[in-house]
Amino acid sequence: MKQKKAASKAWPEKWHEINPGCMVFIPGNASTYHTGSWRAQRPEWDNKKCIKCGLCYIFCPEGCISEDAEGFFKANLDYCKGCGICAHECWPGAIKMFEEVE
Amino acid sequence: MSTVQNFEIYVPKLLDKREFFSAGHRACQGCGEVLALRLIMKALGDDVVISNATGCMEIISSAYPQTAWEVPYIHVAFENAGAVGSGVEAALKALRRKGRIADRYVKSVAIAGDGGTVDIGLQALSGAMERGHDMVFFCLDNEAYMNTGIQRSSATPFMAATTTSPAGKAIKGQRTGKKNVPEIMVAHNVPYVATACPSYPIDLVNKVKKAKEVKGPAYVHVFSMCPTGWRSASEQTIKLGRLVVETGIFPLYEVENGKYRMTMEIPKKLRPVEDYLKLQGRFRHLNADDIEKVQALVNKEWRKLMNKVACMKPW
Repeated sequence: MKQKKAASKAWPEKWHEINPGCMVFIPGNASTYHTGSWRAQRPEWDNKKCIKCGLCYIFCPEGCISEDAEGFFKANLDYCKGCGICAHECWPGAIKMFEEVE
Repeated sequence: MSTVQNFEIYVPKLLDKREFFSAGHRACQGCGEVLALRLIMKALGDDVVISNATGCMEIISSAYPQTAWEVPYIHVAFENAGAVGSGVEAALKALRRKGRIADRYVKSVAIAGDGGTVDIGLQALSGAMERGHDMVFFCLDNEAYMNTGIQRSSATPFMAATTTSPAGKAIKGQRTGKKNVPEIMVAHNVPYVATACPSYPIDLVNKVKKAKEVKGPAYVHVFSMCPTGWRSASEQTIKLGRLVVETGIFPLYEVENGKYRMTMEIPKKLRPVEDYLKLQGRFRHLNADDIEKVQALVNKEWRKLMNKVACMKPW
């Protein structure tokens, strides 16, 4: 089925712009929505304490923590909601939560 | 030869790096259910068709015109995740036979919350399991109807306060215990039944992989922590999942062709349930006598399970 033009917009404005069956043709396009604005606290890594175990990566509900070239981990702050699971589960204590101030 | 390879790599790094459930979904902070779903998708890979009943995971993942899914996905009504999952399996089989799609094995996977499994979807699930369709059913159990505002379901544990079983003078939260759906599935003589918890991620991933490889129906009951509905702190999510297993409230086991096997370390003495209950606002009203009652119920269920595990051993 051909995708309608409306998908280029953020939201269909008229009824005939809606795809039949409300089908979505772009897999994983929820990543255009940045949930990072929900955050009240921000995790920060202390790479001196990090043992590169990857527990923060496996326990992140967002899947926003990734490994960099040196094997250390960092969060993608576009999506991090600041739940604090990574800081709580990091047993070497390498992750600390800091208040988000603007 | 069974030598340990990659000895210096930590276990989390051996998981599939690809994400089939994209970031940007609208789950609450610290949601244990979406963590379970992310790990399930990592274990399943991309050769799947998902049928997902209404519930938290549908609401947060597929807000039109966006979707967090990177695999084929059908949203179905509350009651028929099992029926649609079995239909997808039959359709794939027919289309493969007629040569309309590539001849490659695709698993049909049904996912439902505890309302869609335990209450509303039970008869569709029972039918799908009884007919012996080649599918996996995942129940993501967060112990109430969380997305509509924390109404009680029959998976709500004894004495938990919800908005429709409030704690007060007349009743102290939920009056009955939790319905044991894994046991109901064992009674269907399903080849594979398991319980899992995302606080034990490698165990969860192994069980999902095992369920995917079963030729026939499989059922996995995944305990999912819910900070919003349980009135607990968002960073305590993983800890709560560990405590629920260590206290014996939700034991981890798998049943292969009727044979029980514990997949957790069996403790000599269970942790007191108070450790688990005191972290949650939904159990805040309990006094010492009530905790005693909860402990008695947990001990009874644990003894029942231990007897089943023991009597299955000679086989």
